[in-house]
Amino acid sequence: MQLNRDALLQAYRRMRTIREFEERLHIENRTGEIAGFTHLYAGQEAVAVGVCEHLTDKDWIASTHRGHGHCIAKGCDVGGMMKEIYGRADGLCKGKGGSMHIADLDKGMLGANAIVGGGPPIAVGAAIAAKLAGEGHVAVSFTGDGGSNQGTVLEALNMAAVLKVPKIFVFENNGYSEHTGAAYALAGQDLGRRVEGFGIPVFRADGFDFFSVYEAMRQALEVSRTGGGPAAVYATCTRYFGHFEGDPQNYRAKGEVEKFREESDCLKGFRARVTDAGLIDAATLDAIDAEVLAEIDAATIAAKSAAPPTAADVLTDVYISY
Amino acid sequence: MPVITLREALNEALHLEMARDPRVIVLGEDVSGGAGGTSGQRDAAGGIFGVTKGLIHKFGDGRVIDTPISESCIIGAANGAALAGLRPVAELMFADFVGVAMDQIFNQAAKFRYMFGGKARTPLVIRMSFGAGMNCAAQHSQTIYPFMTAVPGLKVVVPSNPYDAKGLLLTAIRDDDPVVFFEHKALYSRKGEVPDGDYMIPFGEAALVREGEHATIVALGRMVPFAEKALEKLNAEGITCDLIDPRTTSPLDEETILESVSNTGRLVVVDESPPRCSVASDIAAIVAQKGFRDLKAPIQIVTAPHTPVPFARELERAYVPGPAQIEAAVRKVLADG
Ligand SMILES: Cc1ncc(C[n+]2csc(CCOP(=O)(O)OP(=O)(O)O)c2C)c(N)n1
Ligand SMILES: [Mg+2]
Repeated sequence: MQLNRDALLQAYRRMRTIREFEERLHIENRTGEIAGFTHLYAGQEAVAVGVCEHLTDKDWIASTHRGHGHCIAKGCDVGGMMKEIYGRADGLCKGKGGSMHIADLDKGMLGANAIVGGGPPIAVGAAIAAKLAGEGHVAVSFTGDGGSNQGTVLEALNMAAVLKVPKIFVFENNGYSEHTGAAYALAGQDLGRRVEGFGIPVFRADGFDFFSVYEAMRQALEVSRTGGGPAAVYATCTRYFGHFEGDPQNYRAKGEVEKFREESDCLKGFRARVTDAGLIDAATLDAIDAEVLAEIDAATIAAKSAAPPTAADVLTDVYISY
Repeated sequence: MPVITLREALNEALHLEMARDPRVIVLGEDVSGGAGGTSGQRDAAGGIFGVTKGLIHKFGDGRVIDTPISESCIIGAANGAALAGLRPVAELMFADFVGVAMDQIFNQAAKFRYMFGGKARTPLVIRMSFGAGMNCAAQHSQTIYPFMTAVPGLKVVVPSNPYDAKGLLLTAIRDDDPVVFFEHKALYSRKGEVPDGDYMIPFGEAALVREGEHATIVALGRMVPFAEKALEKLNAEGITCDLIDPRTTSPLDEETILESVSNTGRLVVVDESPPRCSVASDIAAIVAQKGFRDLKAPIQIVTAPHTPVPFARELERAYVPGPAQIEAAVRKVLADG
């Protein structure tokens, strides 16, 4: 795998940024200042970053309700995201969308999506556009274990295969859809085999390991960027927090998350790997940690004090008023 | 009489009817929850809003069915189960997810009885939370009941208080036709007196929530308590109104509305939906058509604007019609004639 020092540092910074962003939101959520539903991505950073480090602004991604990680990995402005989550006038979507609808078309980010299964068909369309443009760009959709049971996702798999479009399906099996385990709801259990049934090559990855996801995505792109049609990355992972902020998590065994945090954490794993190999020293990573912490702190403070939209803004961005 | 929340009232109705009628089943995402989880605890959710809590412990996972995220198939399976003799109560969690299940609702369930020459019965209830007020943004806050009301073959229920919610849900489950049952998410914790036992509220019978003489207000769901608030202020100035809660938008109790308008001569219709093709515009049209001569002033409708539901608190507050707009509309019909 060819990742130079700068690429490694960037990947680490992105993963750390997602982690700090989510850990901070988890704390801030208790102040009651953040409205609506917030679904945190902490724990799954290696997937978003392992996938998106291969992409440019001209590649598209379609995200989910748990979208903060995908947004950051795709290069969305962290300050603008934080303001959006706080519902501010200069948030990425002017406070109109909130956590579940962060989008930035300039970054190739087609939007988080509050309808489970909404994204993959949209990404098929973006892949049609990418194919017609003929510049080697791809469209990527992220889908959870729960979302993989939605008819729209199965339709997207089939259509992408039929149309042979440059579309990469990323499946993140974090073991749960809301309060229900994948052990119950995911027939056949091995989602990869389901996808292979559509004739789509599947590259399996350890979703706790950046390098594993990065490699799987590299292989998937080798298929899709060279006219081979769709491919899939199937990563198993876990989420560190509840389904949404405030979820009592009655369905989860005590200590489950702590064990993952202790033994499988993607940031710890990355750090050990690059320091053990002598590629980057710990002090450099510590410095990144400190910078990221400061960045998230500044973004949070700025978001808290930013101006909210006004009542008149309700009527903007519509094509007609009655 | 016990005072309970709307959530508890619905839960009571489900418990009562599942105990009374073994054909009743409940299905949806996380209606129990915890299946396949590592704690081994079932009923980890009891429905995302707690409406189906405890059912699995009493009636088992054969009748209380947690489904994968597959709304189209949830409603499709409920349709098939209904045709095959069960009485399913399907939960769609958020009304917005009707979008995913639309074919099974409006091409399938709504059509069977008529299209099959009266031979089929589809005793199906589709429950869902709806409405703004919790900053759930554009895809989790819509009212949706106007679309459903427009479909021949569907009955549409929009309760505003715990008493009505329980009686209407019992009627819905016992009804032989598909019923779409809308629960305002900001009303789940609304409390009210609810009798313990079994009682039914017939469809197509509006409730006269307040009596008055100067105008008629027709309001639905969360707009009913908002209208009551507006009336408190108006009453203090001696302005009184009939406040009518239709409770079901299909069938609609036209008679009660027209009779009230014949007494007051003025009509304000309040609906949380955007204005075009809303229940507000529909009721206004009916009264314009059938009660024109009774009107002393142009009808006022109070609705959300013609936009998706925005996220930010300030935006959502501006979006949702409230007591102030209702009060202003009443003053307007009084000023106009
Ligand atoms: C169409 C639709 N159905 C149901 C929901 C409610 N819902 C939101 S997230 C979720 C679980 C999704 O699970 P998964 O796809 O595994 O993603 P994860 O939450 O684990 O990231 C559900 C049921 C929804 N938002 N949209
Ligand atoms: Mg999941």
